[in-house]
Amino acid sequence: MRDSTLKKVWIYFLLTVTSFLVFFPVLYAFMISFMSGSEILQGRFFPEAFNFDNYAKVFDRLPLFKYLLNSFVVSLTVMVGQLAVCSLAAYAFVFIPFKGRDLVFFLFISTMMIPWEATMIPNFFTIQKLDWLNTYQGMSLPFFALAFGTFLLRQHFKTIPKELQEASQIAGLSRFAFFWKVILPVSKTSLVTLGAYGFLTTWNMYLWPLLITTNSSVRTVQIGLKQLQSQEISTDWGVVMAGVIVVIIPTLLLLFIGQKQLQKGLSQGALK
Amino acid sequence: MKKVELIDVSKSYDKQVDVISNIDVTIEPGEFFVLVGPSGCGKSTMLRMIAGLEEITGGIIEIGGKRANHLSPDKRDLSMVFQNYALYPHLTVQQNITFGLDVKKVKKAVQAERANEVAEMLGLTGYLKRKPRELSGGQRQRVALARAIVSEAPICLMDEPLSNLDAKLRAHMRMEIRRIQRKLGITMIYVTHDQVEAMTMGDRIMILHEGKIQQVGKPIDIYNYPANPFVATFIGSPPMNICPARAEPTKSGVFVEDTIHVPLNEEQLVASSARSLLAGIRPEHIKPLVSGTESGNRIQVVVTNVEILGNETVFSFQIGQREWMAKWSGQWDIAIGDHVPILLSSEYFCVFDEETGELIRKPEGLEHLSIAKEVIL
Repeated sequence: MRDSTLKKVWIYFLLTVTSFLVFFPVLYAFMISFMSGSEILQGRFFPEAFNFDNYAKVFDRLPLFKYLLNSFVVSLTVMVGQLAVCSLAAYAFVFIPFKGRDLVFFLFISTMMIPWEATMIPNFFTIQKLDWLNTYQGMSLPFFALAFGTFLLRQHFKTIPKELQEASQIAGLSRFAFFWKVILPVSKTSLVTLGAYGFLTTWNMYLWPLLITTNSSVRTVQIGLKQLQSQEISTDWGVVMAGVIVVIIPTLLLLFIGQKQLQKGLSQGALK
Repeated sequence: MKKVELIDVSKSYDKQVDVISNIDVTIEPGEFFVLVGPSGCGKSTMLRMIAGLEEITGGIIEIGGKRANHLSPDKRDLSMVFQNYALYPHLTVQQNITFGLDVKKVKKAVQAERANEVAEMLGLTGYLKRKPRELSGGQRQRVALARAIVSEAPICLMDEPLSNLDAKLRAHMRMEIRRIQRKLGITMIYVTHDQVEAMTMGDRIMILHEGKIQQVGKPIDIYNYPANPFVATFIGSPPMNICPARAEPTKSGVFVEDTIHVPLNEEQLVASSARSLLAGIRPEHIKPLVSGTESGNRIQVVVTNVEILGNETVFSFQIGQREWMAKWSGQWDIAIGDHVPILLSSEYFCVFDEETGELIRKPEGLEHLSIAKEVIL
């Protein structure tokens, strides 16, 4: 009895320490966002008072709402696009037999080894030729086909018993109807995972939006943050950190909502 | 109710070896037809070919008198129950049952009515709102059954539907499936590796081995007159005792293990001359030798193993090189190492041609018990 309480105390102690270490940068940013310039220079951790001046300044200096909206639109588009493309591709790789399927899949997967930066310049030219600079589609379309996502979904689809497909064939379900009515609901957990992953990566993307945006019409928040930093000669860190906090809130929210979904474990009970 | 006809059907993968060949059988409307065989004999493949889930590489399949070789599964007017039930995990029991009706665009009210009807028949009424994962194995099995029945398809295919259930539930579901099939009059094609299921459920059974038909017939006929040694050992538990036999034309019969004499008639003698033979006898036809027993092959054997099952006693012993088994009803006080006198009546012996497997001599004198139809009490 005593042993187990001691053990628990020890475990919770370790957890607290490590989580503090992991969260320290974010926590520090959070604190700084309430500090004035002189306070930051003093190197203090806790602000004297929680005032929201910096937050007011961020929204004042930047069209932050516009940027947040842009980020949302782009991230959502990429998320939905990735889910659609990857799930359809994975479905074909698992449920439709065709010659050379494994070879095609191998090729598909091997594109994971090519770094994104290497394909950036050809992609840029494509988007430029399509006259898609400063557009949402230019920001999102290159990310629809995701080898990792296809791989992830394929692995999940492979755990779905073949009999489900055969049963729906006998019931007279078309291939697409089977995909829509059975496969997608059954794979909800993987889809949520992939969706959250896609959303977050796009939300945090910096280089590509920087390349193909030239004005604030479709710019995303990450570029906004950078703008805050270099606008003046001496950076007002309190304002930058206030921006950072505003930007990471949606991400955190998404993570919490997603996690709840992930824990549901919907895929149980298909078999005996 | 529809007829299913297979005409010289064969199946091969990669156009090489036939995994199934020369299948010729007609399954009558309303019949309970069981496909039975050891694992890997092609019975599931055959069922899937009838369902249209596997392509047929040779021969013709007719469903309801119409050629169905290239019909898609849903055009064949059949339902199927899978070994792992294949329930949709994200749907409730009710939705699972009505899934096929929904696809066929049956009106919601009709769907609900039919689902309720079937649920009542199978005792699922209280579970309609549950998800499959909240059900026990037996209940899931019944949902799978309900899904097949609700479609009102004239043909129902079942692929080892009971193999995931425990023994008691299995016995219960055997009866239940048989009862429902009789009530609805559906043509049932049922795959199993369990000979008890085959014997108890089938109107007719087909025994498959290595993709070939071994025998088709009524269960009791197959039990009594197995067409070849494979069938003889596959059906019946414990299996039939089989051992080599030697033809002795001069003694007008064969000798089993040099000691047991089995007489043959003229015709059988001709068929068996200069062939290597196998003889077989069912364990329950080996009788205890009691004083005053009429003539027969009497031998004394040494018991090597005993199993007392309560209502019967199975023991094994050695004759020649082989281990034989005998099954006597009742509880017998036999111990390992005991010398037991037994009677091997020659009439019960089957004689097979070893090469072709052909049955040369049918066993005779099998008891058919019956009770008087009038009320005795």
